[in-house]
Amino acid sequence: MKTRYTYGGDEHIYVEMDDEMSLDAFFKSLSMSNAVRDAGIDGVTEICPANASFQVKFDPDVISPDQMMERIRNLEHKAEDADKRLKTRIIEIPVYYQDPWTHETLMRFRERHQDPDGTDLDYAARINGYDSAEAFIEAHHAQPWFVSMVGFVAGLPFLYQLVARDKQLQVPKYLRPRTDTPKQTVGYGGCFSCIYSVRGAGGYQMFGITPMTIFDPTQQVSYLRDFMVFFKPGDIVKWKPIDRAEYDRILTEVEAGTYAPRIAEVDFDLDAFNADMTGTNAKLMEALNDA
Amino acid sequence: MTLKILSPGLSTSIQDLGRPGYFHLGIPIGGAMDRFALRCANMLVGNPEGAAGFEVVFMGPEIEFMQDALVAVTGADLPPKVDGDPQPIWTAFPVKKGQTLSFDFLKSGARAYIAISGGIDTPPALGSRSTYPIGALGGIEGRAIQAGDMIPVGDADAIEPGYSVPESLRRGPGTPAELRVLPGLYWHRLTEKAQQGFFADDWSVAPEADRMGYRFKGGSPLEFVDREQPFGAGADPSNIVDGCYSYGSIQVPGGLEPIVLHRDAVSGGGYFTLGAIISADMDLIGQLQPHTPVKFRQVDMDQALTARRARKDRLRQIRTHLG
Repeated sequence: MKTRYTYGGDEHIYVEMDDEMSLDAFFKSLSMSNAVRDAGIDGVTEICPANASFQVKFDPDVISPDQMMERIRNLEHKAEDADKRLKTRIIEIPVYYQDPWTHETLMRFRERHQDPDGTDLDYAARINGYDSAEAFIEAHHAQPWFVSMVGFVAGLPFLYQLVARDKQLQVPKYLRPRTDTPKQTVGYGGCFSCIYSVRGAGGYQMFGITPMTIFDPTQQVSYLRDFMVFFKPGDIVKWKPIDRAEYDRILTEVEAGTYAPRIAEVDFDLDAFNADMTGTNAKLMEALNDA
Repeated sequence: MTLKILSPGLSTSIQDLGRPGYFHLGIPIGGAMDRFALRCANMLVGNPEGAAGFEVVFMGPEIEFMQDALVAVTGADLPPKVDGDPQPIWTAFPVKKGQTLSFDFLKSGARAYIAISGGIDTPPALGSRSTYPIGALGGIEGRAIQAGDMIPVGDADAIEPGYSVPESLRRGPGTPAELRVLPGLYWHRLTEKAQQGFFADDWSVAPEADRMGYRFKGGSPLEFVDREQPFGAGADPSNIVDGCYSYGSIQVPGGLEPIVLHRDAVSGGGYFTLGAIISADMDLIGQLQPHTPVKFRQVDMDQALTARRARKDRLRQIRTHLG
């Protein structure tokens, strides 16, 4: 891993921990962006952590770009020395895979896809060496995921699976982006899963849909009354496959304001994870049993 | 005070200076694309410079005033009229109770800003009245204004009409429009030939140009330095592991058509960016019509900061001029 520092115009500093994705790069980016936040540098207006990089927006009338660059560079050692431990939460997100709404949408935009004759899941299963869409779906939800970035549009989480690199699922984006994606579609592009927080354009493959609202500007949804965005970087997600009946039931509960997501507080230790991935994941998922 | 929208124009939205602080959650700063013009319009009618006004794109609305107010229109040359009588731009003029503000055809520029004494007083969302339709935040229910909307306006201090921003202090893009760029971010992904070509080529504004981003066409495709794509980046040489985007950053999907992200930017994604438009020139982009010829000019950080100071100085001169 080689850290790269650069300017984005005269108001941003962009720090890339690594040009490839890894949990190590994500952890270093998160802890260094936290160190920048904790340093409380005058003139910093926004700190945005991403998958393997982060960005600081600042006011060059308050602090000069080269001074800001120096302050940030000086914090790199803190990220290196930091405990690779995170107090976070694991959340169970229900997913209705192969649902009728994303199916209708993917058929509508078929000419923009690598495989115009199949579905997004059939294609993803085939190029990842799975015999069936069902086997691929199993690989998608069996092990948990890290929210490595929130963004693109309001409250959209990017997720990276907690498995070894050779087990990572990889799927290209659509050849040309769609102009429509159903709200709360569970998507996939590169090595990242996502949940489309709002309806709109998108280039990720579509695997299913969650009945759980994750962005609510009106803050009517019971679990979004404190803040309109559900996810934050560092959250851990376990997908739970559900059928149409359960989808309908949860949707009704969300709309009635009675749905409570299953959430448990957990500690994540990167070294422990690297030493025993399935064991660490099993413990994380067990925490949900008490939730 | 209330304004009644008789017709909304093409796409008129309520904007102020935006909502900083939520980009890490994908909610952009938003606000007026041409902040210089909004600030001037507000100064002319005696408002705080960050008060909310209307951002009008290409075609003006028709607005009936329920009370007397002072109005100023800045930015694009979109000639205002009061009950059909022409009014000057970049100048405060009175509108009486019962009168209607309307507009003639656009003469130049792309976005006009309407400030009303007292400022638009819709409920703020996350600290701003700016309209962000994707997130359904700000403005009226998070959308552009519609016929029949009743828009609340705050109480105004008594200010005389007739104040004007002198022509020498107004600011808009020239022809071809010159946009200054600080190379950076993933600039190293381009070959030297592509780096030079980007600045040498003649570009023009593509039809896909809005508050999220402005697309440009007409230049040569950009070539990338050969590499094996890093894990997680995607197969195309213009792909990176999804990262944050800077405001003003220039992405070139597939190396073909540059897109400059503007006030309603997506906060991140998987395309390389070659650098960013300097902060002093962001206002100018909001005034570019489709098909406008554009040159990108390379600058260094010192030049970017000098240009930033020049823009601030101009605003200071206008403040002094208006007393």
